[in-house]
Amino acid sequence: MLDQVLYAIPFLLPGLLVTIEVSLITVAISTVIGVALGVGLVYGQWPLRWAIRGFSDIIRGIPILVLLFFVYYGLPLTGINLNNFAAAVLGLTIFKIAQVIEYVRGAIESVPRGQMDAAKSIGLPFHERLAYVIAPQALRRFLPPWLNGVTDAVKGSALISLLGVGDLLFGIQKVVGRTYEPLALYCFGALVYFALNYALSLASRALERRFSYIRE
Amino acid sequence: MSGKPTGATPLLRIKGVQKSFGSTHVLRGIDLDVARGEVVTIIGPSGGGKTTLLRCVNFLETYDRGSITIDGAEVGYRDGEARKRRTETDLARMRAETGMVFQLFNLFPHLTAAQNITLGLTRVRGLGRAEAGDKAMHWLKRVGLADKAGHLPSELSGGQQQRVGIARAVAMEPKILLLDEITSALDPELIGEVLDVVLSLAADGMTMLIVTHEIGFARDASHRIVFMAEGTVGAEAPPAEIFSPNQPNERLRSFLGRFSAAHRL
Amino acid sequence: MGYDLNFTLIWRHFDKLWSGLILSLELAILSIGIGIVIGLILAVIYVSGGRIARALIAAYVELIRNVPLILLVYLVFYGIPTVFDFAYDNTTSFVMTLSVYAGAYLVEVFRAGLDAVPKGLIDAGKAIGLTPWQRLVHVRLPTMLRMTLPALSNTFVSLFKDTSVASVIAVPELTYGAQWINFNTFRIMEVYLVVTGLYLVTGYAILLGLRALERRYSIGR
Ligand SMILES: Nc1ncnc2c1ncn2[C@@H]1O[C@H](COP(=O)(O)OP(=O)(O)OP(=O)(O)O)[C@@H](O)[C@H]1O
Ligand SMILES: [Mg+2]
Repeated sequence: MLDQVLYAIPFLLPGLLVTIEVSLITVAISTVIGVALGVGLVYGQWPLRWAIRGFSDIIRGIPILVLLFFVYYGLPLTGINLNNFAAAVLGLTIFKIAQVIEYVRGAIESVPRGQMDAAKSIGLPFHERLAYVIAPQALRRFLPPWLNGVTDAVKGSALISLLGVGDLLFGIQKVVGRTYEPLALYCFGALVYFALNYALSLASRALERRFSYIRE
Repeated sequence: MSGKPTGATPLLRIKGVQKSFGSTHVLRGIDLDVARGEVVTIIGPSGGGKTTLLRCVNFLETYDRGSITIDGAEVGYRDGEARKRRTETDLARMRAETGMVFQLFNLFPHLTAAQNITLGLTRVRGLGRAEAGDKAMHWLKRVGLADKAGHLPSELSGGQQQRVGIARAVAMEPKILLLDEITSALDPELIGEVLDVVLSLAADGMTMLIVTHEIGFARDASHRIVFMAEGTVGAEAPPAEIFSPNQPNERLRSFLGRFSAAHRL
Repeated sequence: MGYDLNFTLIWRHFDKLWSGLILSLELAILSIGIGIVIGLILAVIYVSGGRIARALIAAYVELIRNVPLILLVYLVFYGIPTVFDFAYDNTTSFVMTLSVYAGAYLVEVFRAGLDAVPKGLIDAGKAIGLTPWQRLVHVRLPTMLRMTLPALSNTFVSLFKDTSVASVIAVPELTYGAQWINFNTFRIMEVYLVVTGLYLVTGYAILLGLRALERRYSIGR
C-alpha cells in the first residue's frame, strides 16, 4: 500500500499546486469583489441593494457543481470562450463572492448603529466613516467566517476535476486509473487535503487572535 | 444661570419642523431658536420626540417639513423650496459645525481616548498629528482625564467614557453642542462628574441644546427650558417660570409633579 | 447573444429532472436522518465520555470537515468495496457517505447546543432529584434540540444542495438528470436554467417551511 502512495507522489504534486493556485485566485478575487458588493448591499440605494441581494440569494441557493457546469458548458454558447481552468476559476469565484457578501453584511451589521452616528457627528464623510470607524470594528467579525471560507474554497476546488482541470483530485483519479488501488490513494488524497486545510485553520486561528484586541 | 445672552439673529433656528416614522407623526411642527452662547434644555415625557429633534439638528435623521438653520445655513437641504438633499461632502462639513454627545457614549472602541478626539481633528479639520495631539490633550485635561489619553474606552468607567465623548465633540470647536441624555446610562455616583464638565462649558459661553431628565441640572444650567410633549413645544420659558407653582401648562405641571414625587421617596 | 432559448426538448425529458429532484430530496432526508442519529450519539458521548472518546470524535469531525465531499464519495464508492468483500449500489453508497458527512457537522451543532443549555435548567433538574441520565434525556436533549432547530434547517438545505455531488457516481438525482439532458440534447442553457430554478424553488420552499416550524417549536435566541 505504501508503495502505491510513494509511486503516486510525483504525480500528485503538480495537482496539489493547481489546487492551491485555484484556491488562492478564487479567494483573492472574491474577497475584493465581495467586499465591494457587501458594502453596496448595506449602504447602497435600493436598486443596487436589491440586485446584490438577488445575486447572493440565487448563487447561494444552487449547488456549486451546477454553477460550475452552467459556466463551463453554458458560457461558450454566449460566445464567450474560456478554457476549463478559467471557467473553473470563474465558477468558484462567483460562488465565493456570494459568501463574502454575506460575511461583509454580517460584519458591518455587528457594529452598533451609534458608531455611524458618532462618526457622522464629527463630520467624517462616508468613505472615512467606513475606513476609520466601521471597517476596523467589522474586520474582527469578518475574519473568522472568511478564514473558514478559505478551507471551503480548497474543498470546493476539488469539483473542478470534473471539468478536466488537473488539480489534486484529478491527479489522484489518474493514478487510481493506473494502479487500481483506489482505497490507498483516496485515503492518501484525503490526508493531503486534510493536512492542507488543517494547516490553514491553524494559521487562521493565529490570525484571529491577532485581531481580537478590540473589546466592546 | 443668569444673564441670558442676546444675539441679533439666533444661531440655531428651528421652524415648523415635522417628521414622521412611517405612520407615527413624531415631530408636529417644532419652532425653537437658540441664541449664540445660550443654553437651552429640553425636558418632557418619554417618546415626545426630543431625541428625534436633536438628531434632526445634526441631520442624523432627515425631516419632512420645515427648516433648521445654523448660522443661516440650512441643515441637510439646499435650494429652499426644492429641498434637495445636500451632497455627502456638504453634509459632513455641516455636521462638523455641530457637536453631539450621545446617551450611550458611542466612543470608537478600537481607538484610545486621545485617538477618539484626534480622528476628527486630523481628518475633518485637517490638523497635523502633533497639533491634533496637543489639542486632544488640552481637552482631556479639561475634562480631567489627562492620564487616560492612551486608554481604550473599554478600560474607562462610564463617567470617564462620557467625558471623553464630550471632549471629542468640543475639540472640533462646534458652533453648538447637542447633548442627548448624556447621564442616563450612568451609575448615579458618576453623574456629577459629567454634569460638572457641562456646567464649566456653559460658563465658557458654549452654545448648547440639551435633552435631560435631570430636572435639577436643567434648572441650574439653562437660560431657557423647553417642555416638549407629543411632538410639540408645550411651554418655553426661563427656569424660574417653568418651575413656578403658577405654571399654567397643565401637562408640564403634572410632568414636574412626578419628579418632585419621586424625589420625596 | 446569438443564442435562442428553446425549452421543448427540456419539457420532453422533464421526467428525468422531476424524478431526479425527488431522489435528491430522498437522499437529503435519509442522510439528515442518519446524520442526526450519528450526531446525537457522538455528541452525548463527547460531553459525557472520557478523553479517548473525545479525541476520537474530534478526529472524525476534523477529518470529515477538512476533506472535499467528492473525495469522500469516491473513497466510499470505489475504495471501500475493494478491501471489504461486499458491494453496494451507488445510491446506498452515497447515502452512507452523505450521512457520515452530515454527522460530522451535526456533532458540532449538538455539542455546542448541549453546552449552551442554561446551567439553571440543569440545576433545576438536580433540585427535583433527576439522575444524570434523566437530566440528559428530559432536560438537556429536548432543550438543546429546540435551540438547534435553525442550524438543523440550514444543514438540511445544504445537504439538499450537496446531493448534486452524487451525480459523479451516476446516482440519477437532479444534477445527473441535468447532465444527461446536457449531453443528449445540447439544450445546455435551457437545462441549467430549469435545474437552477428547481434547486432554488425547492431549497427556499424547504427553508421557509422549516422556518415556520422553528417559530412554533424554537426557544431562545
Ligand atoms: N428610527 C425610528 N423608527 C421608528 N420610530 C422611531 C424611530 N426613532 C424614534 N421613533 C419613535 O419616535 C417617537 C419619539 O422618539 P424619541 O426617541 O425622539 O423620543 P424621546 O422624547 O427622546 O424619548 P425618551 O425620553 O424616551 O428618550 C417614539 O414614539 C419612538 O418610538
Ligand atoms: Mg430620547
